[in-house]
Amino acid sequence: MATETLTLGKALNTGLRRALENDPKVVIMGEDVGKLGGVFRITDGLQKDFGDQRVIDTPLAESGIIGTAVGLAIRGFRPVCEIQFDGFVYPAYDQIVSQVAKMHYRSQGKVTIPMVIRIPYGGGIGAVEHHSESPEAYFAHTAGLKVVTCANPQDAYSMIQQAIASDDPIVFLEPKRRYWEKGPVELDAPLDAAYPLHSARVARAGTDATVLAYGPMVRTALDAATAAAEDGRELEVIDLRTLSPLDLTAAYESVKRTGRCVVVHEAPGNLGLGSEIAARITEECFYSLESPVLRVTGFDTPYPASRVEEEYLPDLDRVLDAVDRTFGW
Amino acid sequence: MAKGDPGVTTRGRRAAPRSKRAASAATGEPDLVQLLTPEGERIESAIGPDGTEYRVDFTDEEYRGLYRDLVLVRKLDAEATALQRQGELGLWASLLGQEAAQVGSGRALRTQDMAFPTYREHGVLYCRGIDPIMPLGLFRGVDQGGWDPNEFKFNMYTIVIGAQTLHATGYAMGVHMDGKTGTEDGEAVIAYFGDGATSQGDVNEAFVWASVFNAPLVFFCQNNQYAISEPLERQTRVPLYQRAGGFGFPGVRVDGNDVLASYAVTRHALDNARLGQGPSLIEAYTYRMGAHTTSDDPTRYRIASEVEAWQAKDPIARMKAFLTKQQIADESFFASVDEQARTESVHLRERVLNMPNPEPVTMFDHVYPHGSPELDEQRARFSKYMESFEGSAH
Repeated sequence: MATETLTLGKALNTGLRRALENDPKVVIMGEDVGKLGGVFRITDGLQKDFGDQRVIDTPLAESGIIGTAVGLAIRGFRPVCEIQFDGFVYPAYDQIVSQVAKMHYRSQGKVTIPMVIRIPYGGGIGAVEHHSESPEAYFAHTAGLKVVTCANPQDAYSMIQQAIASDDPIVFLEPKRRYWEKGPVELDAPLDAAYPLHSARVARAGTDATVLAYGPMVRTALDAATAAAEDGRELEVIDLRTLSPLDLTAAYESVKRTGRCVVVHEAPGNLGLGSEIAARITEECFYSLESPVLRVTGFDTPYPASRVEEEYLPDLDRVLDAVDRTFGW
Repeated sequence: MAKGDPGVTTRGRRAAPRSKRAASAATGEPDLVQLLTPEGERIESAIGPDGTEYRVDFTDEEYRGLYRDLVLVRKLDAEATALQRQGELGLWASLLGQEAAQVGSGRALRTQDMAFPTYREHGVLYCRGIDPIMPLGLFRGVDQGGWDPNEFKFNMYTIVIGAQTLHATGYAMGVHMDGKTGTEDGEAVIAYFGDGATSQGDVNEAFVWASVFNAPLVFFCQNNQYAISEPLERQTRVPLYQRAGGFGFPGVRVDGNDVLASYAVTRHALDNARLGQGPSLIEAYTYRMGAHTTSDDPTRYRIASEVEAWQAKDPIARMKAFLTKQQIADESFFASVDEQARTESVHLRERVLNMPNPEPVTMFDHVYPHGSPELDEQRARFSKYMESFEGSAH
């Protein structure tokens, strides 16, 4: 079985290539996705090999990218839209939440919108404003959309193909600060062999406390677990992978064993995914909890200037501090 | 061949191209394509701003058919308005006054063409062969529009202003990518929207997209002069059809109260699109005689004399005058159409009153094509809750 070491970005590129090869109705569209290969080069070389009718450079207007993709989907295509950066998705917000998300419902199932909206998201790359946001809660709050995010190259490769093959409209969040991190990718494994698209994954087994993370924060949580192990605490790290619907089955099972839970995400804490997760774990695991579910998140500020983003973003120390607090109750 | 419709050039007086200098949006008479005057006089052919000559060639039967469409659509609309006033519909968006624009463009569509409507296109819906009760379910609140967009080639009503113009553009790009343009039997797409929508970003983005991708698309703007209460001059300082030029495709203004011209202009634009000649914009210059919806009161924002002036341009009256003058139809025909309209509206009323409310649990249906575990759990919990009531039939 072919296993290669790829960066997360190259794994996405390879996954997109496979999707284009396997289904002639798949089209990629977005700003600069053609000759340039996208500003992060995720679509590098695809237009050269598949032509400008399969990999479409669009005019510079986000609502137009999503709105025309809706029409293409009604026509029977499977559009994969690239939004260049998280902070640029808002002009397309109306099309995503009012049209993409509701078409299947409004048509009583007669119209299906099998599209993927790829968004490089999150901070940590020293970018200017509007380039480092975490808009997942906006989309996870909207019925009719599904929201997923990958944390390693294998998932990037598999999940992008699973998302494209799915009949659901999917917001596919790519942790841009992890684009350059390498890992093994099994290229020929059946797509659902390891994990179906909408399922969480135990990234590291542990017994003392449960850390829930997704996307860019999985790496941070794993680093924290490594550090905690040196202090004699075994943290279980769960990569949620899917934010809507939330698969908390593994989380419930874990928290019932460990009695302690810390949720980590980059987005601001107020009404973020962590709030929902904490509420559900409290409902489901109340009698097993030794302490309240704690959140480690970005602050309730606009994303700050990049010279202070290391202080804004949850890091290993803030995760470990929260773990310490769960033991202090 | 119809009386009064020479259809050949021997008698044809080819009208000189009109002035390119259009009237301003706010003042003056519009420069428009017209084939039937408000008095019911046929104009043999008319020249558009780019020199295109428009004419129609209908049989007597087809003329009578168009008249029948106009009357039926107006009557069904009136019935829906009445049903709303009696509390049977939550809301209604009347097309009164816009019948000719809708029937003319709707009948110009070929079977394979796809339409993307707003919430007011009941006349186009009718022309697409959809049961007129369908939009009433939406406005009654028992469903969200029940027809199959793919079967009838007529999409769901879109309430968010202008959003559907992008869907139409994407669909038209797909038509082109599927290789279904460039021949006489190719496919074309039409996007309906109003004058207010032209202020929306989505509509302007749709213009850009359609132009640069040469999409086989007709933008059909029914300029009914008001966006709820706001008059046209609050949306634009140039005639709307002239905007097309800035985006790189032709625009034409047609008398939207003239069913023949609406048909001719739309058919020409659709045929151009299906042949691979790209998009165009039609501004159907018309007037909404009623309220925007049953929720507003037009006497607050427009004056009676304006309404009266437009009443004199009524699309049905002029068609009737034409048919009478040309002896294409007689009183017994008009009486039979009126009777048919009455029968169909009574029938519609009975069916609306008998529309059942949906089972509450159906609110969980069709959120996702293949469901979601969270939603399945909510549905199960809700069902159990409903069953817990004494005497519940659920």
